[in-house]
Amino acid sequence: MLEIKNLHVKLEEEDKQILKGVNLTVGEGEVHAIMGPNGSGKSTTSYVLSGRDGYVVTEGEATLDGEDILEMEPEERAAAGLFLAFQYPVEIPGVSNMTFLRTAVNAQHKARGEEELSATDFLKLVRAKAKSLQIDADMLKRPVNMGFSGGEKKRNEILQMAMLEPKLCILDETDSGLDVDAMKLVSDGVNALRDGKRSFVVITHYQRLLDHIKPDVVHIMYDGRIVKSGGPELALEVEHNGYADLLAEVEKA
Amino acid sequence: MKRAELKQKKLDATAARVEGMTFPAGAPWAEALRQDALNRLLTMGLPQGRDEYWRWTRPDSLNATEAPKAAVFTAGEAPVFSGLDRIKLVFVDGVFDAEASDALEGENLEIMRLSDALSSDIHWVKDAYGVQEKKAQVPVERPFATLNTAFATDGMVIRATGKVAKPVSFVYLHKEESSDAILHHVIRVDEGADLTVLENGPAAARFNKVMEIEVADKAAFHHVRAQGRDHERRAVTHIFATVGQEALFKSFTMTANGVLTRNEVFIDIIGDDSVAHVAGAAMGDGDFHHDDTVFITHDAERCESRQVFKKVLRNGAKAVFQGKILVKPDAQKTDGYQISQGLLLDDNSQFLAKPELEIYADDVACSHGSTVGAIDEEALFYLRSRGVPASDATDLLTLAFLAEAIEEIEDKAIAEDILHRLEGWLKRRRK
Repeated sequence: MLEIKNLHVKLEEEDKQILKGVNLTVGEGEVHAIMGPNGSGKSTTSYVLSGRDGYVVTEGEATLDGEDILEMEPEERAAAGLFLAFQYPVEIPGVSNMTFLRTAVNAQHKARGEEELSATDFLKLVRAKAKSLQIDADMLKRPVNMGFSGGEKKRNEILQMAMLEPKLCILDETDSGLDVDAMKLVSDGVNALRDGKRSFVVITHYQRLLDHIKPDVVHIMYDGRIVKSGGPELALEVEHNGYADLLAEVEKA
Repeated sequence: MKRAELKQKKLDATAARVEGMTFPAGAPWAEALRQDALNRLLTMGLPQGRDEYWRWTRPDSLNATEAPKAAVFTAGEAPVFSGLDRIKLVFVDGVFDAEASDALEGENLEIMRLSDALSSDIHWVKDAYGVQEKKAQVPVERPFATLNTAFATDGMVIRATGKVAKPVSFVYLHKEESSDAILHHVIRVDEGADLTVLENGPAAARFNKVMEIEVADKAAFHHVRAQGRDHERRAVTHIFATVGQEALFKSFTMTANGVLTRNEVFIDIIGDDSVAHVAGAAMGDGDFHHDDTVFITHDAERCESRQVFKKVLRNGAKAVFQGKILVKPDAQKTDGYQISQGLLLDDNSQFLAKPELEIYADDVACSHGSTVGAIDEEALFYLRSRGVPASDATDLLTLAFLAEAIEEIEDKAIAEDILHRLEGWLKRRRK
């Protein structure tokens, strides 16, 4: 599914290397968690994969189902099946959430040569999916993320994910700013999308999210590299002992 | 040059401009009103680039004796408003075309050609023609409107006596390359009456238009205007309105293209508890200059006014906003709002804004803002990351930028139509 090899990335504006050789392979249907201290390059990895401006890939590659995604425009990556749930979802005044969703769904259908959804079919679909995420009609009518609470914004990200049905979902600190109930709701939304084929990369600081979204593999990222990988127990270790011991061990090795 | 010399130069230029122009035939009272306007014009003079209110918009081509040529454009798509059930009034290069127009009649409606009205003895017209224009010369002079009062060759006089079901729709066709048109409409919306006026079309190579509107107590007036096509055209337009008690005035203008457009709006809110909104959405590409100059006076209590102006500019297009809210001492509980925003699609374009508030009452709420900026990169990336191609995403964000102005159109079908025009304009300009 996703294959990242020796990825090196620096900032465009300043000569600062952020990623220093990331290797990651995510198979079909797998859930991988990436943890790590602040500034280790977790969010940068998600931005670079989704095609955000401001980064330069100096070395390495990333493919989605064998296709080189780093050469693609952000919209092409989305059509190829990549989805990033933003850590800070963007507010767009003047564009209703519904218009936003319909435009996105139809654009992807078009890019893939599929038929566009009819207005009624779209409406039915969006209502059903919104209901399970407790997103009401008012939130669909309002401009994208405008006046949404932190929890509402994150639920809205998951709604977009559910509507776009991507192959690979990257969740960038989707649990930040969520209370316990909201985290449960968001996790349920994510779990509902786990169908054995769709893959997930979950970036988080906390083990708690991983109680809800059970990972197959946990990676620890530090200083622009993945320094350790293991099973779910690795997340528990971080939760109990912090990063210090773990990183000391890595440095020794 | 000394001040007196400058003024003399200005007056000489004005005299040269009106030389050879004659008053159209009319009753003695009308002739007197025109003469009064001419006298006023010759005293104040037509604007020069040094004039405070014309610093950002060059009046030269409007002052020139001959109208600069403007190529006639043949468009493929049906003109805006053409699908509506309306009373259509067609002007070709500033001359009323009765054959192409609907009959001058309608329920709760009196319509008459200006030349007929100024030749007869209609009481209310005598008290209306050029009257608001004259009053509006203080504190800022609007000489092109005065020129219009003196020499307007055509126009319509309209009175709504009740709810007028169909909109009155002015269609201004442009057929002659160097046509120079001066139109003057006088509109009265009687107490409790309701009228919608639509305007569209390039009108002429050079177009000077005045619309004087009296909105009586409890009356409602809606105005939607589309200025587009014929890129080389020039226009200076004035709307003068008085708004009575519990009355409603709403005007929206869409402008796409035009080397020079100056739209002035002057509104006097004179009755308590009334509402006056003026809005505009302008889109310019290249050699485009658009100027909205707005002056709203609150002279009554508990009234609401809004000015919402949005400009989308690319390839060196230029737009100007000069907007003022004046709240007189007794206009307590005024609710005033003014926003002017420029969206620059490249680094060559320019938006110049002069928002002004002048408030003499102490219990008022007035807010204003003026911004200029580019497409929000964050929002653009967000849309693209969801699969929306960059060009579609840019158009969507541009239309979203204009949304607040378009929302000022109450009629949903008309708003939708306008939105599609703007969408089409953007699509035609994709890189």
